[in-house]
Amino acid sequence: MSGGDARQRCSGCAVAGGAHPAAQRDERRFRPRLRARARFGVVFQAVTLVATLIGVVVLAVLLADIIADGSGRLSSDFLRHNPSYLASRAGLRPALFGTIWLMLITAVVAFPLGVGTAIWLEEYAGDTRFKRLIQMNIANLAGVPSIVYGILGLAVFVRAFALGRSVLAGALTLTLLILPVIIIAAQEAIKAVPGSIRLAAYALGATRWEAVRHHVFPLALPGILTGTILALSRAIGEAAPLLLIGALAFIDFVPGSLTDQFTAIPIQIYNWVSRPQQPFQELAAAAGIVLLILLLGMNAIAIVLRNRYSRKH
Amino acid sequence: MSQSIITPPGNVELETRDLSVLYGPTRAVKHVSIRIPDRKVVAFIGPSGCGKSTLLRCFNRMNDLVPGARVEGAALFQGRNLYGGDVDPVDIRRRIGMVFQKPNPFPKSIYDNIAFGPRINGYRGNLDEQVERSLRHAALWDEVKDRLDQSALALSGGQQQRLCIARALAVEPEVLLMDEPASALDPIATQKIEELIYQLKQDYTVVIVTHNMQQAARVSEYTAFLYLGELIEYGPTEEIFTNPREERTESYITGRFG
Ligand SMILES: Nc1ncnc2c1ncn2[C@@H]1O[C@H](COP(=O)(O)OP(=O)(O)OP(=O)(O)O)[C@@H](O)[C@H]1O
Ligand SMILES: [Mg+2]
Repeated sequence: MSGGDARQRCSGCAVAGGAHPAAQRDERRFRPRLRARARFGVVFQAVTLVATLIGVVVLAVLLADIIADGSGRLSSDFLRHNPSYLASRAGLRPALFGTIWLMLITAVVAFPLGVGTAIWLEEYAGDTRFKRLIQMNIANLAGVPSIVYGILGLAVFVRAFALGRSVLAGALTLTLLILPVIIIAAQEAIKAVPGSIRLAAYALGATRWEAVRHHVFPLALPGILTGTILALSRAIGEAAPLLLIGALAFIDFVPGSLTDQFTAIPIQIYNWVSRPQQPFQELAAAAGIVLLILLLGMNAIAIVLRNRYSRKH
Repeated sequence: MSQSIITPPGNVELETRDLSVLYGPTRAVKHVSIRIPDRKVVAFIGPSGCGKSTLLRCFNRMNDLVPGARVEGAALFQGRNLYGGDVDPVDIRRRIGMVFQKPNPFPKSIYDNIAFGPRINGYRGNLDEQVERSLRHAALWDEVKDRLDQSALALSGGQQQRLCIARALAVEPEVLLMDEPASALDPIATQKIEELIYQLKQDYTVVIVTHNMQQAARVSEYTAFLYLGELIEYGPTEEIFTNPREERTESYITGRFG
Protein backbone atom coordinates (compact mmCIF):
# COMPACT_ATOMS: atom_id res chain seq x y z
CA MET A 1 0.00 0.00 0.00
CA SER A 2 1.41 3.37 -0.93
CA GLY A 3 1.78 6.37 1.33
CA GLY A 4 -0.99 8.22 -0.48
CA ASP A 5 -3.42 5.41 0.13
CA ALA A 6 -2.63 5.29 3.78
CA ARG A 7 -3.25 8.95 4.27
CA GLN A 8 -6.60 8.75 2.56
CA ARG A 9 -7.70 5.94 4.76
CA CYS A 10 -6.66 7.87 7.85
CA SER A 11 -8.54 10.99 6.92
CA GLY A 12 -11.59 8.81 6.30
CA CYS A 13 -11.18 7.42 9.80
CA ALA A 14 -11.16 10.85 11.34
CA VAL A 15 -14.58 11.74 9.96
CA ALA A 16 -16.26 8.41 10.63
CA GLY A 17 -14.64 8.17 14.03
CA GLY A 18 -15.85 11.60 15.14
CA ALA A 19 -19.00 10.86 17.11
CA HIS A 20 -20.31 14.42 17.08
CA PRO A 21 -19.81 15.92 13.64
CA ALA A 22 -20.80 19.55 13.54
CA ALA A 23 -23.61 18.94 11.07
CA GLN A 24 -25.49 16.72 13.52
CA ARG A 25 -25.23 19.08 16.47
CA ASP A 26 -28.49 19.32 18.33
CA GLU A 27 -28.63 21.98 21.01
CA ARG A 28 -31.58 20.32 22.69
CA ARG A 29 -29.32 17.57 23.92
CA PHE A 30 -27.69 20.02 26.32
CA ARG A 31 -29.23 21.83 29.24
CA PRO A 32 -26.44 24.18 30.34
CA ARG A 33 -28.35 25.94 33.18
CA LEU A 34 -25.78 28.70 33.05
CA ARG A 35 -27.65 30.98 35.47
CA ALA A 36 -27.95 28.34 38.17
CA ARG A 37 -24.32 27.31 37.84
CA ALA A 38 -23.14 30.89 37.96
CA ARG A 39 -25.29 31.51 41.04
CA PHE A 40 -23.81 28.50 42.75
CA GLY A 41 -20.36 29.85 42.00
CA VAL A 42 -21.20 33.18 43.62
CA VAL A 43 -22.69 31.49 46.69
CA PHE A 44 -19.66 29.28 47.08
CA GLN A 45 -17.34 32.24 46.83
CA ALA A 46 -19.36 34.03 49.52
CA VAL A 47 -19.16 30.98 51.81
CA THR A 48 -15.39 30.86 51.53
CA LEU A 49 -15.19 34.57 52.22
CA VAL A 50 -17.32 34.20 55.34
CA ALA A 51 -15.14 31.35 56.54
CA THR A 52 -12.10 33.57 56.11
CA LEU A 53 -13.71 36.50 57.86
CA ILE A 54 -14.75 34.46 60.89
CA GLY A 55 -11.15 33.54 61.47
CA VAL A 56 -9.91 37.07 60.91
CA VAL A 57 -12.54 38.60 63.20
CA VAL A 58 -11.86 36.18 66.04
CA LEU A 59 -8.16 36.86 65.74
CA ALA A 60 -8.75 40.61 65.72
CA VAL A 61 -10.97 40.43 68.81
CA LEU A 62 -8.36 38.33 70.56
CA LEU A 63 -5.62 40.77 69.71
CA ALA A 64 -7.70 43.79 70.68
CA ASP A 65 -8.60 42.16 73.99
CA ILE A 66 -5.06 41.22 74.90
CA ILE A 67 -3.72 44.61 73.86
CA ALA A 68 -6.39 46.43 75.83
CA ASP A 69 -5.59 44.37 78.90
CA GLY A 70 -1.84 44.28 78.65
CA SER A 71 -0.54 47.34 76.88
CA GLY A 72 -0.68 49.40 80.07
CA ARG A 73 1.82 47.07 81.68
CA LEU A 74 4.25 47.02 78.74
CA SER A 75 7.36 48.98 79.54
CA SER A 76 11.07 48.50 79.55
CA ASP A 77 10.85 47.85 83.28
CA PHE A 78 8.46 45.00 82.58
CA LEU A 79 11.10 43.37 80.41
CA ARG A 80 13.93 44.10 82.84
CA HIS A 81 12.38 43.06 86.14
CA ASN A 82 12.23 39.67 87.75
CA PRO A 83 8.92 38.21 88.86
CA SER A 84 7.62 39.47 92.13
CA TYR A 85 4.70 38.98 94.49
CA LEU A 86 4.04 42.67 93.97
CA ALA A 87 2.37 43.10 90.63
CA SER A 88 3.74 46.63 90.28
CA ARG A 89 7.30 45.34 90.40
CA ALA A 90 6.88 42.06 88.57
CA GLY A 91 8.69 41.61 85.26
CA LEU A 92 9.25 39.10 82.52
CA ARG A 93 13.03 39.01 82.33
CA PRO A 94 13.77 35.37 83.26
CA ALA A 95 10.90 34.09 81.16
CA LEU A 96 11.82 36.22 78.16
CA PHE A 97 15.43 35.11 78.21
CA GLY A 98 14.39 31.54 78.95
CA THR A 99 12.19 31.52 75.86
CA ILE A 100 14.93 33.03 73.71
CA TRP A 101 17.37 30.39 74.95
CA LEU A 102 14.84 27.65 74.24
CA MET A 103 14.17 28.88 70.73
CA LEU A 104 17.83 29.24 69.83
CA ILE A 105 18.81 25.80 71.10
CA THR A 106 15.74 24.18 69.61
CA ALA A 107 16.35 25.78 66.22
CA VAL A 108 20.02 24.84 66.22
CA VAL A 109 19.29 21.21 67.08
CA ALA A 110 16.03 20.67 65.23
CA PHE A 111 16.94 22.29 61.90
CA PRO A 112 19.89 20.07 60.94
CA LEU A 113 18.24 16.94 62.33
CA GLY A 114 14.97 17.63 60.57
CA VAL A 115 16.46 18.68 57.27
CA GLY A 116 18.94 15.82 57.36
CA THR A 117 16.17 13.32 57.93
CA ALA A 118 14.07 14.83 55.17
CA ILE A 119 16.93 14.75 52.68
CA TRP A 120 17.75 11.18 53.54
CA LEU A 121 14.13 10.09 53.21
CA GLU A 122 13.56 11.90 49.92
CA GLU A 123 16.88 11.58 48.14
CA TYR A 124 18.54 8.48 49.50
CA ALA A 125 16.10 6.05 51.10
CA GLY A 126 14.38 4.91 47.91
CA ASP A 127 11.04 3.19 48.32
CA THR A 128 11.94 0.53 50.84
CA ARG A 129 9.81 -0.93 53.57
CA PHE A 130 12.16 0.64 56.11
CA LYS A 131 11.51 4.06 54.67
CA ARG A 132 7.77 3.58 54.70
CA LEU A 133 7.97 2.47 58.32
CA ILE A 134 9.87 5.58 59.33
CA GLN A 135 7.54 7.73 57.29
CA MET A 136 4.51 6.33 59.03
CA ASN A 137 6.07 6.85 62.44
CA ILE A 138 6.93 10.45 61.68
CA ALA A 139 3.39 11.15 60.57
CA ASN A 140 2.08 9.62 63.79
CA LEU A 141 4.59 11.44 65.97
CA ALA A 142 3.47 14.75 64.48
CA GLY A 143 0.08 14.13 66.08
CA VAL A 144 1.26 13.12 69.54
CA PRO A 145 0.04 15.59 72.21
CA SER A 146 2.77 17.86 73.51
CA ILE A 147 2.34 16.70 77.10
CA VAL A 148 3.35 13.20 76.04
CA TYR A 149 6.60 14.67 74.77
CA GLY A 150 6.93 16.22 78.20
CA ILE A 151 6.75 12.78 79.79
CA LEU A 152 9.35 11.53 77.34
CA GLY A 153 11.60 14.52 77.99
CA LEU A 154 11.34 13.95 81.71
CA ALA A 155 12.28 10.29 81.42
CA VAL A 156 15.00 10.64 78.81
CA PHE A 157 16.65 14.02 79.14
CA VAL A 158 16.02 14.99 82.73
CA ARG A 159 16.54 11.55 84.27
CA ALA A 160 18.34 9.16 81.93
CA PHE A 161 20.70 11.75 80.48
CA ALA A 162 20.86 13.44 83.87
CA LEU A 163 20.44 16.87 82.35
CA GLY A 164 18.23 17.88 85.23
CA ARG A 165 15.61 20.56 84.88
CA SER A 166 17.88 22.50 82.60
CA VAL A 167 17.17 24.74 79.67
CA LEU A 168 18.94 22.15 77.51
CA ALA A 169 16.53 19.43 78.63
CA GLY A 170 13.66 21.78 77.86
CA ALA A 171 14.98 22.64 74.41
CA LEU A 172 15.62 19.01 73.54
CA THR A 173 12.09 18.16 74.58
CA LEU A 174 10.74 20.91 72.34
CA THR A 175 13.03 19.63 69.57
CA LEU A 176 11.38 16.23 69.77
CA LEU A 177 8.02 17.93 69.70
CA ILE A 178 8.62 19.86 66.49
CA LEU A 179 10.99 17.51 64.70
CA PRO A 180 8.22 15.59 62.91
CA VAL A 181 6.70 18.85 61.70
CA ILE A 182 10.02 20.11 60.37
CA ILE A 183 10.73 16.79 58.68
CA ILE A 184 7.37 16.68 56.96
CA ALA A 185 7.59 20.33 55.86
CA ALA A 186 11.12 19.83 54.55
CA GLN A 187 10.08 16.66 52.72
CA GLU A 188 7.27 18.52 51.02
CA ALA A 189 9.67 21.28 50.00
CA ILE A 190 12.14 18.74 48.63
CA LYS A 191 9.41 16.85 46.79
CA ALA A 192 8.37 20.08 45.13
CA VAL A 193 11.76 20.38 43.41
CA PRO A 194 11.10 19.13 39.86
CA GLY A 195 12.64 15.77 39.02
CA SER A 196 13.91 17.22 35.76
CA ILE A 197 16.34 19.37 37.75
CA ARG A 198 17.83 16.31 39.42
CA LEU A 199 18.07 14.48 36.11
CA ALA A 200 19.79 17.48 34.54
CA ALA A 201 22.39 17.46 37.29
CA TYR A 202 22.96 13.70 37.16
CA ALA A 203 23.24 13.80 33.37
CA LEU A 204 26.18 16.17 33.75
CA GLY A 205 28.00 13.72 35.98
CA ALA A 206 26.91 15.08 39.33
CA THR A 207 26.95 12.79 42.32
CA ARG A 208 23.90 12.57 44.53
CA TRP A 209 25.55 14.87 47.03
CA GLU A 210 26.30 17.47 44.35
CA ALA A 211 22.77 17.34 42.99
CA VAL A 212 21.40 17.83 46.49
CA ARG A 213 23.91 20.44 47.55
CA HIS A 214 23.73 22.64 44.44
CA HIS A 215 20.20 22.18 43.21
CA VAL A 216 17.72 20.35 45.39
CA PHE A 217 18.58 21.93 48.72
CA PRO A 218 18.79 25.57 47.54
CA LEU A 219 15.48 25.21 45.73
CA ALA A 220 13.82 23.59 48.72
CA LEU A 221 15.31 25.97 51.27
CA PRO A 222 12.59 28.65 51.22
CA GLY A 223 9.96 26.02 51.92
CA ILE A 224 12.13 24.38 54.56
CA LEU A 225 12.64 27.71 56.34
CA THR A 226 8.95 28.43 56.33
CA GLY A 227 8.21 25.03 57.79
CA THR A 228 10.90 25.39 60.43
CA ILE A 229 9.65 28.77 61.56
CA LEU A 230 6.09 27.51 61.72
CA ALA A 231 7.26 24.61 63.85
CA LEU A 232 9.24 26.92 66.13
CA SER A 233 6.17 29.09 66.43
CA ARG A 234 4.37 26.09 67.78
CA ALA A 235 7.16 25.40 70.24
CA ILE A 236 7.39 28.95 71.53
CA GLY A 237 3.88 28.82 72.93
CA GLU A 238 4.17 25.44 74.63
CA ALA A 239 3.83 25.32 78.39
CA ALA A 240 2.72 21.77 79.11
CA PRO A 241 5.85 19.80 78.23
CA LEU A 242 8.06 22.36 79.95
CA LEU A 243 6.00 22.23 83.11
CA LEU A 244 6.31 18.49 83.05
CA ILE A 245 10.06 18.45 82.83
CA GLY A 246 10.14 20.92 85.68
CA ALA A 247 10.62 24.40 84.32
CA LEU A 248 10.28 26.65 87.32
CA ALA A 249 7.37 28.99 87.58
CA PHE A 250 9.20 31.43 89.71
CA ILE A 251 12.86 32.17 89.25
CA ASP A 252 14.74 35.40 89.46
CA PHE A 253 17.71 34.71 87.22
CA VAL A 254 18.43 34.30 83.55
CA PRO A 255 19.99 31.02 82.37
CA GLY A 256 23.72 31.53 81.96
CA SER A 257 24.53 28.11 80.57
CA LEU A 258 22.85 25.12 78.99
CA THR A 259 22.54 23.33 82.31
CA ASP A 260 20.88 26.16 84.22
CA GLN A 261 17.30 26.05 85.31
CA PHE A 262 14.86 28.17 83.42
CA THR A 263 11.35 29.36 82.92
CA ALA A 264 9.54 30.46 79.77
CA ILE A 265 6.93 33.01 78.82
CA PRO A 266 3.99 30.57 78.53
CA ILE A 267 4.77 29.26 82.00
CA GLN A 268 4.94 32.76 83.38
CA ILE A 269 1.62 33.56 81.73
CA TYR A 270 0.09 30.43 83.21
CA ASN A 271 1.40 31.42 86.60
CA TRP A 272 0.08 34.96 86.46
CA VAL A 273 -3.29 34.02 85.02
CA SER A 274 -3.91 31.60 87.84
CA ARG A 275 -3.73 34.37 90.45
CA PRO A 276 -6.95 36.07 91.45
CA GLN A 277 -5.71 39.69 91.46
CA GLN A 278 -6.53 41.86 88.45
CA PRO A 279 -3.02 43.33 88.06
CA PHE A 280 -1.58 39.87 87.45
CA GLN A 281 -4.16 39.31 84.71
CA GLU A 282 -2.82 42.43 83.05
CA LEU A 283 0.73 41.18 83.43
CA ALA A 284 -0.30 37.94 81.75
CA ALA A 285 -1.79 39.87 78.85
CA ALA A 286 1.37 41.95 78.57
CA ALA A 287 3.47 38.77 78.49
CA GLY A 288 1.16 37.49 75.76
CA ILE A 289 1.90 40.59 73.72
CA VAL A 290 5.64 40.01 74.12
CA LEU A 291 5.17 36.43 72.96
CA LEU A 292 3.29 37.64 69.90
CA ILE A 293 6.02 40.14 69.11
CA LEU A 294 8.62 37.38 69.33
CA LEU A 295 6.51 35.33 66.92
CA LEU A 296 6.23 38.19 64.48
CA GLY A 297 9.97 38.69 64.71
CA MET A 298 10.56 35.05 63.86
CA ASN A 299 8.23 35.25 60.90
CA ALA A 300 10.03 38.37 59.72
CA ILE A 301 13.34 36.52 59.88
CA ALA A 302 11.82 33.70 57.87
CA ILE A 303 10.60 36.11 55.21
CA VAL A 304 13.97 37.86 54.98
CA LEU A 305 15.85 34.57 54.70
CA ARG A 306 13.40 33.25 52.16
CA ASN A 307 13.72 36.31 49.98
CA ARG A 308 17.46 36.21 50.20
CA TYR A 309 17.61 32.64 49.03
CA SER A 310 14.92 32.99 46.40
CA ARG A 311 16.64 35.99 44.85
CA LYS A 312 19.81 34.00 44.28
CA HIS A 313 18.05 31.98 41.61
CA MET B 1 15.55 -10.27 10.03
CA SER B 2 19.24 -10.00 10.88
CA GLN B 3 19.96 -8.50 7.47
CA SER B 4 17.59 -5.69 8.39
CA ILE B 5 20.00 -4.72 11.14
CA ILE B 6 23.32 -3.70 9.67
CA THR B 7 26.69 -3.18 11.25
CA PRO B 8 27.86 0.26 10.18
CA PRO B 9 31.47 0.62 9.06
CA GLY B 10 33.96 2.45 11.26
CA ASN B 11 34.74 2.34 14.95
CA VAL B 12 31.92 1.22 17.21
CA GLU B 13 31.32 3.83 19.90
CA LEU B 14 28.23 2.42 21.54
CA GLU B 15 26.83 -1.05 21.34
CA THR B 16 24.13 -3.11 22.95
CA ARG B 17 24.04 -6.89 23.01
CA ASP B 18 20.74 -8.60 23.61
CA LEU B 19 19.77 -5.67 25.80
CA SER B 20 16.43 -5.66 27.57
CA VAL B 21 14.95 -3.15 29.98
CA LEU B 22 12.16 -4.13 32.32
CA TYR B 23 9.89 -1.90 34.30
CA GLY B 24 8.64 -4.33 36.88
CA PRO B 25 7.30 -7.25 34.88
CA THR B 26 6.90 -5.40 31.57
CA ARG B 27 9.71 -5.50 29.06
CA ALA B 28 9.98 -2.05 27.48
CA VAL B 29 13.09 -2.85 25.42
CA LYS B 30 13.38 -6.38 24.10
CA HIS B 31 16.66 -8.06 23.22
CA VAL B 32 18.08 -5.15 21.26
CA SER B 33 21.50 -5.48 19.63
CA ILE B 34 22.70 -2.37 17.89
CA ARG B 35 26.04 -0.79 16.99
CA ILE B 36 26.47 2.94 16.88
CA PRO B 37 29.50 4.22 14.99
CA ASP B 38 31.90 6.89 16.13
CA ARG B 39 31.22 10.50 15.03
CA LYS B 40 28.01 9.82 13.25
CA VAL B 41 24.45 10.83 13.92
CA VAL B 42 22.07 7.97 14.57
CA ALA B 43 18.34 8.54 14.80
CA PHE B 44 15.93 6.37 16.79
CA ILE B 45 12.42 6.43 15.40
CA GLY B 46 9.27 4.55 16.24
CA PRO B 47 5.78 5.03 17.57
CA SER B 48 5.19 6.52 20.99
CA GLY B 49 5.90 4.10 23.81
CA CYS B 50 8.08 1.80 21.71
CA GLY B 51 11.07 2.20 24.02
CA LYS B 52 13.23 4.83 22.31
CA SER B 53 13.83 6.89 25.44
CA THR B 54 14.33 3.81 27.54
CA LEU B 55 16.96 2.47 25.16
CA LEU B 56 18.65 5.86 24.99
CA ARG B 57 18.84 6.06 28.79
CA CYS B 58 20.76 2.78 28.90
CA PHE B 59 23.75 4.44 27.29
CA ASN B 60 24.35 6.88 30.15
CA ARG B 61 22.81 4.72 32.84
CA MET B 62 20.02 7.13 33.55
CA ASN B 63 17.77 4.11 33.92
CA ASP B 64 19.57 3.54 37.22
CA LEU B 65 17.59 6.50 38.50
CA VAL B 66 14.22 5.16 37.41
CA PRO B 67 12.67 3.23 40.30
CA GLY B 68 11.84 -0.32 39.29
CA ALA B 69 13.81 -0.28 36.03
CA ARG B 70 16.05 -3.31 35.42
CA VAL B 71 18.54 -3.83 32.64
CA GLU B 72 19.47 -7.23 31.19
CA GLY B 73 22.10 -7.96 28.60
CA ALA B 74 25.04 -5.71 27.84
CA ALA B 75 25.63 -2.15 26.76
CA LEU B 76 29.14 -1.22 25.73
CA PHE B 77 30.90 2.10 25.41
CA GLN B 78 34.13 1.91 23.46
CA GLY B 79 34.12 -1.79 24.07
CA ARG B 80 33.70 -1.57 27.84
CA ASN B 81 30.58 -2.92 29.52
CA LEU B 82 28.65 0.06 30.86
CA TYR B 83 27.01 -2.15 33.43
CA GLY B 84 30.22 -3.76 34.65
CA GLY B 85 31.01 -3.62 38.32
CA ASP B 86 34.02 -1.35 37.79
CA VAL B 87 32.06 1.33 35.95
CA ASP B 88 31.09 4.49 37.78
CA PRO B 89 27.88 5.95 36.32
CA VAL B 90 28.99 9.42 37.40
CA ASP B 91 32.03 9.13 35.13
CA ILE B 92 29.95 7.68 32.30
CA ARG B 93 27.48 10.54 32.43
CA ARG B 94 30.20 13.11 32.01
CA ARG B 95 31.52 11.29 28.96
CA ILE B 96 28.08 10.55 27.54
CA GLY B 97 25.99 13.70 27.77
CA MET B 98 22.25 13.97 27.48
CA VAL B 99 19.74 16.54 26.31
CA PHE B 100 16.17 16.01 27.40
CA GLN B 101 12.92 16.37 25.54
CA LYS B 102 11.75 19.29 27.64
CA PRO B 103 14.29 22.04 28.23
CA ASN B 104 15.31 21.74 31.88
CA PRO B 105 17.68 24.59 32.71
CA PHE B 106 18.62 25.04 36.34
CA PRO B 107 16.80 28.00 37.90
CA LYS B 108 20.09 29.85 38.09
CA SER B 109 21.96 32.29 35.91
CA ILE B 110 22.89 31.41 32.35
CA TYR B 111 26.53 31.39 33.37
CA ASP B 112 25.99 29.08 36.33
CA ASN B 113 23.98 26.69 34.18
CA ILE B 114 26.95 26.16 31.92
CA ALA B 115 29.59 26.37 34.64
CA PHE B 116 28.04 23.77 36.93
CA GLY B 117 29.24 20.73 34.98
CA PRO B 118 32.84 21.90 34.54
CA ARG B 119 32.98 22.96 38.20
CA ILE B 120 31.90 19.66 39.70
CA ASN B 121 34.08 17.76 37.28
CA GLY B 122 37.16 19.66 38.33
CA TYR B 123 37.68 21.65 35.14
CA ARG B 124 41.20 23.03 35.24
CA GLY B 125 41.07 25.57 32.40
CA ASN B 126 39.60 29.05 32.31
CA LEU B 127 35.95 28.68 33.23
CA ASP B 128 34.84 31.90 31.52
CA GLU B 129 36.35 30.71 28.28
CA GLN B 130 34.72 27.32 28.62
CA VAL B 131 31.33 28.96 29.15
CA GLU B 132 31.80 31.14 26.09
CA ARG B 133 33.05 28.27 23.97
CA SER B 134 30.10 26.06 24.94
CA LEU B 135 27.58 28.81 24.25
CA ARG B 136 29.16 29.57 20.88
CA HIS B 137 29.14 25.89 20.03
CA ALA B 138 25.44 25.75 20.77
CA ALA B 139 24.83 28.88 18.66
CA LEU B 140 23.55 30.81 21.65
CA TRP B 141 26.45 33.10 22.50
CA ASP B 142 25.38 36.13 20.50
CA GLU B 143 21.92 36.08 22.02
CA VAL B 144 23.02 35.86 25.66
CA LYS B 145 26.53 37.28 25.90
CA ASP B 146 25.27 40.50 27.49
CA ARG B 147 23.14 38.82 30.11
CA LEU B 148 25.08 35.84 31.36
CA ASP B 149 24.16 36.69 34.95
CA GLN B 150 20.44 36.68 34.26
CA SER B 151 18.19 33.76 35.08
CA ALA B 152 18.11 31.03 32.48
CA LEU B 153 14.37 30.79 33.00
CA ALA B 154 13.97 34.15 31.26
CA LEU B 155 15.11 32.61 27.96
CA SER B 156 12.66 31.42 25.33
CA GLY B 157 11.99 27.71 24.97
CA GLY B 158 14.33 27.37 22.00
CA GLN B 159 17.06 29.32 23.74
CA GLN B 160 16.61 27.20 26.86
CA GLN B 161 17.05 24.05 24.82
CA ARG B 162 20.22 25.40 23.22
CA LEU B 163 21.38 26.35 26.69
CA CYS B 164 20.84 22.75 27.76
CA ILE B 165 22.87 21.60 24.79
CA ALA B 166 25.63 24.08 25.66
CA ARG B 167 25.51 22.84 29.24
CA ALA B 168 25.94 19.27 28.05
CA LEU B 169 28.84 20.29 25.79
CA ALA B 170 30.61 22.18 28.57
CA VAL B 171 31.82 18.95 30.18
CA GLU B 172 33.26 17.88 26.81
CA PRO B 173 31.48 14.55 26.43
CA GLU B 174 32.32 12.07 23.72
CA VAL B 175 28.74 11.16 22.98
CA LEU B 176 25.61 13.28 23.02
CA LEU B 177 22.26 11.59 23.58
CA MET B 178 19.31 13.74 22.56
CA ASP B 179 15.75 12.73 23.41
CA GLU B 180 13.47 14.63 21.05
CA PRO B 181 15.44 17.82 21.56
CA ALA B 182 13.28 19.87 19.20
CA SER B 183 9.83 18.54 19.98
CA ALA B 184 8.81 21.63 21.95
CA LEU B 185 10.32 24.13 19.57
CA ASP B 186 9.20 26.23 16.64
CA PRO B 187 10.59 25.64 13.13
CA ILE B 188 13.29 28.29 13.44
CA ALA B 189 14.63 27.03 16.74
CA THR B 190 14.37 23.49 15.38
CA GLN B 191 16.41 24.46 12.35
CA LYS B 192 19.09 25.97 14.56
CA ILE B 193 19.31 22.81 16.58
CA GLU B 194 19.49 20.68 13.47
CA GLU B 195 22.32 22.83 12.13
CA LEU B 196 24.01 22.43 15.46
CA ILE B 197 23.71 18.64 15.33
CA TYR B 198 25.23 18.75 11.89
CA GLN B 199 28.20 20.65 13.31
CA LEU B 200 28.50 18.42 16.34
CA LYS B 201 29.12 15.21 14.49
CA GLN B 202 32.60 16.37 13.60
CA ASP B 203 33.57 15.88 17.23
CA TYR B 204 30.81 13.86 18.78
CA THR B 205 28.78 10.76 18.34
CA VAL B 206 25.15 11.83 18.44
CA VAL B 207 22.15 9.63 19.10
CA ILE B 208 18.88 11.44 18.59
CA VAL B 209 15.33 10.30 19.27
CA THR B 210 12.79 11.99 17.08
CA HIS B 211 9.18 11.71 16.00
CA ASN B 212 9.86 13.89 13.04
CA MET B 213 10.69 11.80 9.96
CA GLN B 214 11.99 14.77 8.02
CA GLN B 215 14.25 15.62 10.89
CA ALA B 216 15.62 12.10 11.07
CA ALA B 217 16.18 12.17 7.33
CA ARG B 218 17.89 15.55 7.48
CA VAL B 219 20.28 15.08 10.37
CA SER B 220 21.14 11.40 10.66
CA GLU B 221 23.40 9.02 8.78
CA TYR B 222 21.83 5.94 10.29
CA THR B 223 18.33 5.29 11.47
CA ALA B 224 17.00 2.65 13.82
CA PHE B 225 13.33 1.80 13.82
CA LEU B 226 11.91 0.41 17.03
CA TYR B 227 8.50 -1.10 17.45
CA LEU B 228 6.99 -2.43 20.69
CA GLY B 229 10.41 -2.56 22.30
CA GLU B 230 12.09 -4.45 19.47
CA LEU B 231 14.67 -3.15 17.05
CA ILE B 232 13.00 -3.86 13.74
CA GLU B 233 15.36 -2.27 11.28
CA TYR B 234 18.64 -0.40 11.37
CA GLY B 235 20.51 0.94 8.43
CA PRO B 236 21.65 3.98 6.50
CA THR B 237 18.99 6.66 6.80
CA GLU B 238 18.52 6.98 3.07
CA GLU B 239 17.75 3.31 2.67
CA ILE B 240 15.38 3.24 5.62
CA PHE B 241 13.38 6.06 4.16
CA THR B 242 13.49 5.16 0.47
CA ASN B 243 13.72 1.41 0.53
CA PRO B 244 12.92 -0.15 3.90
CA ARG B 245 13.33 -3.88 4.13
CA GLU B 246 10.71 -4.46 6.78
CA GLU B 247 7.02 -3.99 6.20
CA ARG B 248 6.55 -2.49 9.67
CA THR B 249 9.18 0.13 8.96
CA GLU B 250 7.44 1.07 5.76
CA SER B 251 4.07 1.25 7.46
CA TYR B 252 5.47 3.56 10.08
CA ILE B 253 7.31 5.96 7.83
CA THR B 254 4.39 6.20 5.47
CA GLY B 255 2.21 7.10 8.43
CA ARG B 256 0.02 4.04 8.64
CA PHE B 257 0.53 3.72 12.38
CA GLY B 258 2.16 5.60 15.16
N1 LIG C 1 9.32 4.88 34.66
C1 LIG C 1 8.58 3.95 34.02
N2 LIG C 1 7.90 3.04 34.73
C2 LIG C 1 7.15 2.11 34.12
N3 LIG C 1 7.03 2.00 32.79
C3 LIG C 1 7.69 2.88 32.02
C4 LIG C 1 8.50 3.91 32.60
N4 LIG C 1 9.03 4.64 31.61
C5 LIG C 1 8.58 4.10 30.46
N5 LIG C 1 7.78 3.04 30.69
C6 LIG C 1 7.11 2.20 29.69
O1 LIG C 1 8.07 1.71 28.83
C7 LIG C 1 7.64 1.77 27.48
C8 LIG C 1 8.64 2.56 26.65
O2 LIG C 1 8.66 3.90 27.11
P1 LIG C 1 9.59 4.99 26.46
O3 LIG C 1 9.46 6.21 27.26
O4 LIG C 1 10.95 4.43 26.30
O5 LIG C 1 8.91 5.17 25.05
P2 LIG C 1 9.29 6.18 23.88
O6 LIG C 1 9.54 5.35 22.68
O7 LIG C 1 10.37 7.09 24.30
O8 LIG C 1 7.93 6.97 23.71
P3 LIG C 1 7.71 8.49 23.32
O9 LIG C 1 7.99 8.60 21.88
O10 LIG C 1 6.27 8.72 23.63
O11 LIG C 1 8.63 9.31 24.17
C9 LIG C 1 6.27 2.40 27.50
O12 LIG C 1 5.32 1.38 27.35
C10 LIG C 1 6.17 3.04 28.85
O13 LIG C 1 4.86 2.97 29.32
MG1 LIG D 1 10.47 9.19 24.81
